[in-house]
Amino acid sequence: MRGRLTFAAGCALVGLVLAVALVSLVWLPYDPADTTGGRLAPPGGAHLLGTDKLGRDLLTQLMAGARTALIAGIGSVLVGGLLGVTGGLLAGFATRWLDDALSAALDIVIAFPTLLLAMLVAAAREASLGSVVLAIGLGMSAIVARLTRVLVKRVLAQDYITAARTSGTSWPRIVAEHVLPNIWPMLLVNLALQLGLAVLAEAALSYLGLGPPPPNASWGRLLQEAQATVLTAPTGAIAPGVLLVVLVVGTNLVADGLRDLADPTRRRSR
Amino acid sequence: MARYLLRRTAFLLGSLLAAAGLLFLLLRMLPGDPANALLSVGATPEQIAAARRQIGSDRPLAEQFWTWLTGLARLDFGTSFVSRLPVGPEISARLAVTVPLTLLSFALAVAVAVPVGFVAAWRSDRWYGAALNAISQLGIAVPVFWIGMLLVTVFALRLRLLPAGGFPRDDWAEPGRALTALALPVITIALVMSASLIRYVRSATLDVLGSDYLRTARALGSSFAGAMWRHGLRNAAVPVISILGIELATTFLGAVVVESVFTLPGLGTMLVEGIAEHDYPVIQGVLVVSTFGVLVIGFAADLVQRLVDPRLRAHLGRGRR
Repeated sequence: MRGRLTFAAGCALVGLVLAVALVSLVWLPYDPADTTGGRLAPPGGAHLLGTDKLGRDLLTQLMAGARTALIAGIGSVLVGGLLGVTGGLLAGFATRWLDDALSAALDIVIAFPTLLLAMLVAAAREASLGSVVLAIGLGMSAIVARLTRVLVKRVLAQDYITAARTSGTSWPRIVAEHVLPNIWPMLLVNLALQLGLAVLAEAALSYLGLGPPPPNASWGRLLQEAQATVLTAPTGAIAPGVLLVVLVVGTNLVADGLRDLADPTRRRSR
Repeated sequence: MARYLLRRTAFLLGSLLAAAGLLFLLLRMLPGDPANALLSVGATPEQIAAARRQIGSDRPLAEQFWTWLTGLARLDFGTSFVSRLPVGPEISARLAVTVPLTLLSFALAVAVAVPVGFVAAWRSDRWYGAALNAISQLGIAVPVFWIGMLLVTVFALRLRLLPAGGFPRDDWAEPGRALTALALPVITIALVMSASLIRYVRSATLDVLGSDYLRTARALGSSFAGAMWRHGLRNAAVPVISILGIELATTFLGAVVVESVFTLPGLGTMLVEGIAEHDYPVIQGVLVVSTFGVLVIGFAADLVQRLVDPRLRAHLGRGRR
C-alpha cells in the first residue's frame, strides 16, 4: 500500500515537470532568446516571475529548462541503460575468464566518476546537449552493467534455468523468457534513481559552465547566472533550484515506490 | 589475508595503469589538436607545426603516452600551456585546499549521519523519526551547489557571520583564517553528504533492530543498550562501512563543484579553469590525480571492510568478490 502511494506521489511530481516541458514545446510566454524585458524586472506584470540580468523572461527560461533537464535525464538513462544492460547480460553469461575481464573493466570505469568523465568531454570541444547526454550515459552504463551482472548471475543459479537448458531451450530464449522478466523490476528501480542523478549531473555541469550551451536553457546555468544578484533578485536564485528538487525527489519517490511494489518482503521494514 | 592483499594490490596497480591509459586515449580521441590551445586564429602552417613540436603532439601516440606515463612515475605532470609553470607543484598547492575540504566535510557528515540515522530508525514510528527520514529524502535530491548558494546568501550576505568565498593567500599560515574560509563550504558538502549517509545508517539500523539475535539477547536479559553495543553495532557497521568509500569519493566530487561556488583555489577550480583555457596538461594532471584518489579510497575501503567483518575474512581464500 505504501509503495503504491510513494509511486503515485513520485509520478505526480515528475508528471508536473513533464507537463511543463511538453507545454514549452508548443507555447512559451516569450522567445527564450528575447532580451527586451529589461534587466532584473521584479515578478509581476508582464513578466510573471520577473526577468534575469540579461533581460530574459524567467518563466520562459524555467519552462525551457524543464525540457533540457528531462532530455538530459531520460537521454542519459537510455544510453546508460542500453549499454549497461547489454554489457551486464554479456558479463553474466560469459565464461569465467571473460567475466573477470569485464568485471575488472567495469570496476575501473566506475572508479572514474561520471562527473569527471563529462567534464573531460566538455574539455575537448564546445559541449552540446548530445555530448553531455553521452558522457553522463557512459558513466552510468558501468553502474547499470555491474548491477545487471549480479542480477543475471542470481537468476542463472536457479534450478529452473538448468531445467530449461536440459529441455533444450536456447540461450536467447532463456534471456527473453526467464532472465529479463526476473531482473527488470530491480533494473527499473535503479534506472529511476539514475535518472535523478543524471538530472543533477547536468545541472552541476551547467553551473560550472560546462553543460549544453545556449540556446539550451538550463536550470543549472540559471542558478549560476543568478548567484551574483541573489539579494536583489532572489526569485532567479530560488526557482530553478526548487524545480530541480521537485524533479529529483519525484524520480527518487518513483524508484522507492517501484522497489516496494516489486519486492513485497521489503514493504514492512522500509 | 596476505593473498587477498596481494590480489587487491595487483588490481589497484592494474586499474591505475588502465585509468591513466583511458584518460590519455579519451583526451586524444576527442576532436581538436591540443596544440590549438597555443595558437591564435589564422596561424600559419609553420606556426602550427612548431606548436605541435613544442608540446609533442606530432609524435606517435604510443610514444606520447610513454613520455607522459614515465613523467607521471616521476610525479612530473608536464608544463601548463597557459602559465608555462610545471603542473605538479600547482596540483599539490591546490590539494592543500581540496584535501582538508573533503576530509572535514566527510568527518562532519559521518558525525551527523550516524546518530541521526540511528534515531530515524530507532524511533521510526514517532513523528520525529519520520521527519528525519523525509528530510534525508529531500537532502539527496538537492543540488550541492544550490545549498552552497543559499547558505552564502543567509550566513555571509545577510548575517555577515562567515566569509562568502575565497581563501587566504598564505594558505594555512594562519590556520584560524583558513578554517573560517572553509566553514561554509564544509557545512554545504556535509549537509548533502549526510543526507545519503543517514539513509544507509537508518536502513542498517532497521535491519539490526528487526534481527533475531538482538531479540534473543534481550530475552536472555541484556539491556537494550548492552545488546546494541555487543551485537548491534558491529552488524550495523558492516553495510555502512562498505559504502563509506564510495561516499568519500562522492564527497571529493562535491568538493570539486562546491569550490566554484566559494571561489576556493582547489583542484576543482583548477580543472574548470584548465577546461576553459584548453590547457591539456592541467586537465590531464588534475583528472589523473582525482581518479587515482578515488581508486585508492576504494582500495582502503575494501581493506577496512575485510578487517571489520569476520565473515568476509573467512572467504578470503576464494577470490571472487
